[in-house]
Amino acid sequence: MTALLETEALTVHFATSDGPVEAVDGADLTVRTGEVFGLVGESGSGKSVTAMAIMRLIQPPGRIVKGSIRFAGIDLATLSEKAMRDVRGSRIALVPQSPRTSLNPVMSVGKQISRVISVHGGLGWRASGARAIELLAMVGVPDPAHRAKQYAHQLSGGTCQRVMIAMALATSPQLLIADEPTTGLDVSIASRIIELLRDLGKRTGAAIILITHDLGTVAQSCDRFAVMHAGQIVESGDTRCLFRAPAHPYTHALLRSIPRVDADVVLQPIAGSVPALLHPPAGCRYQRRCELAMPVCCEKPRRTSVSVSHDVACFAAEKKYAAAS
Amino acid sequence: MSFVYFVLNRIALVIPTLLGVTLISFMLTNLLPGNPAVVKAGALATPEYLATVERQMGLDQPLYVQYARFVSGLLHGDLGESASTGRPVLEDFLQRLPATLELTLASLLIACLLGIPLGILSAVHRDKFVDHVGRVIGVVGVAMPSFWTGLLLIFVMFYALEIAPAPLGRLAPNIAAPTAITGMYVVDSALTGNWTALKSASAQLFLPSLTLAFSIMAPLARMVRASMLEILQSDYIKAAWAAGLPSRTIIYGDALRNAMIPIITTLGTVFGFLMAGNAVVESVFAWPGIGNYALAALMTKDSGPIQSFVLFVAISYVFVNLAVDLAYGLADPRIRIG
Repeated sequence: MTALLETEALTVHFATSDGPVEAVDGADLTVRTGEVFGLVGESGSGKSVTAMAIMRLIQPPGRIVKGSIRFAGIDLATLSEKAMRDVRGSRIALVPQSPRTSLNPVMSVGKQISRVISVHGGLGWRASGARAIELLAMVGVPDPAHRAKQYAHQLSGGTCQRVMIAMALATSPQLLIADEPTTGLDVSIASRIIELLRDLGKRTGAAIILITHDLGTVAQSCDRFAVMHAGQIVESGDTRCLFRAPAHPYTHALLRSIPRVDADVVLQPIAGSVPALLHPPAGCRYQRRCELAMPVCCEKPRRTSVSVSHDVACFAAEKKYAAAS
Repeated sequence: MSFVYFVLNRIALVIPTLLGVTLISFMLTNLLPGNPAVVKAGALATPEYLATVERQMGLDQPLYVQYARFVSGLLHGDLGESASTGRPVLEDFLQRLPATLELTLASLLIACLLGIPLGILSAVHRDKFVDHVGRVIGVVGVAMPSFWTGLLLIFVMFYALEIAPAPLGRLAPNIAAPTAITGMYVVDSALTGNWTALKSASAQLFLPSLTLAFSIMAPLARMVRASMLEILQSDYIKAAWAAGLPSRTIIYGDALRNAMIPIITTLGTVFGFLMAGNAVVESVFAWPGIGNYALAALMTKDSGPIQSFVLFVAISYVFVNLAVDLAYGLADPRIRIG
């Protein structure tokens, strides 16, 4: 499969009076056409900022400092704001974290979907209104014609998220970014939303970046995923490979912290906490929490291939891999 | 269905408020120093004559009887007589009311036309040049009392630059009033096609309404700025950016539409401020409205007009608040459909 989105050395800083907060530090990501790609990490690891940077929605004092974002042959990082607006919502769409507050409270949900269609698709209001109802039906909202006339406060959280998904799919985007789309939803509804996203991705051929902190969701629905820690991508690759043989000590630690029903294992918490991103340690940002830390970890680890579709950025893993082969 | 209930509910809530308003305006004149009977009878009246006048005015009765008479008079449209003009207060009032309404509405319009865009621009270009200009205008507008602003405008526009007409009433002395329809000269002359009167009335109206507008523009612009800033940070605005909508749609369609609710509230408060504030401005510009009338009555301790003015301002406040509540329902579906 071909790469749809490729970021290289994507770096985002937020200016503060004490110096820059280095929220994303040289992120390399590859998302292929039609796949579901997970982006995993603790809170504050830079997952959402990375996604916002891809959509060029970083607000000042934040800024993309360097890096390229190649999307379907164009570099979004250098695109004009006007051209970028045509990409947003039409070729790359966002399913936000909190569906209820992401809907305009004084506009009916049908209208909110249909105006996205008319802005990007150039359809008249009658045609886009009808299309909005079709979309609501497609994302599994019962009685869509009636629901379209309602407002966010009249809908359940799950329905609000279905509305957001319908809005995101309104213009058949090539890439859908779902930023923790199930936050605040019941477990059963959350899994149905993820299922719906995956299913719609398959049907429309859109690639999905699924941002989550839940490795269970990743195992269930992602083809490939990347692990972020303190603004750095530490490991990425095929879901199966990563779960079977994690190469980075952080991924390893994350997997050990998942509760299991099939085996009696004591959960092991990860030592320490995510380092502050204002004046972060040079080199690998996991070094102070890592049991395998070496003096060389003060330098920035390169991205190394462990297998065909499995990359890691870690000196210890590199050494181990070199010794094994 | 629920909206009808909402409207009826709000209207029902007005009744106790109105009762309170009549009580306060009644008490106010009773608490003011000075005996209204003295004003009517004259300073040289004999004690016997004074007692007769007091009896005629019902001032010898207990307070609750006086209050009952006052309210029943109100219900029959009887606001008493003005001791100084000798005419029924209601008649005096209705004659002057259009002048005040014209001034108030004109200044509200100017304040909205200047204040709301200024607030929006300040929010969108936060901490940029426009925002600083807005801040300066805000501080100046709040700090300068309106009689001073009025005098300053008269000095600059009439005396120094000679572009404004003399601040003496609603029309230039040689121009006849337009045929009365609403009593507001600008509206009436426009409706009847009386262009000379329209020109003169608008010119006369400009300075006093600008003066009043200046005092309320600042709080309005700050309020618009604050609520726009808050809304521009909200999730649905971020979602709208992410959906690639044009910035004009987002700022005026999404953000301003949501900011309308606090803006409407501010307009209600500001309207009350205008009703009270116009007394001073009317006096500076010799504007023959009810504020000027009440101010003259205050000088002569003529209780009828003062009472009526207080009552009128309070009642218009109540009804403006009712209108604000109803406007909420239109602006916000969360209130309309609970």
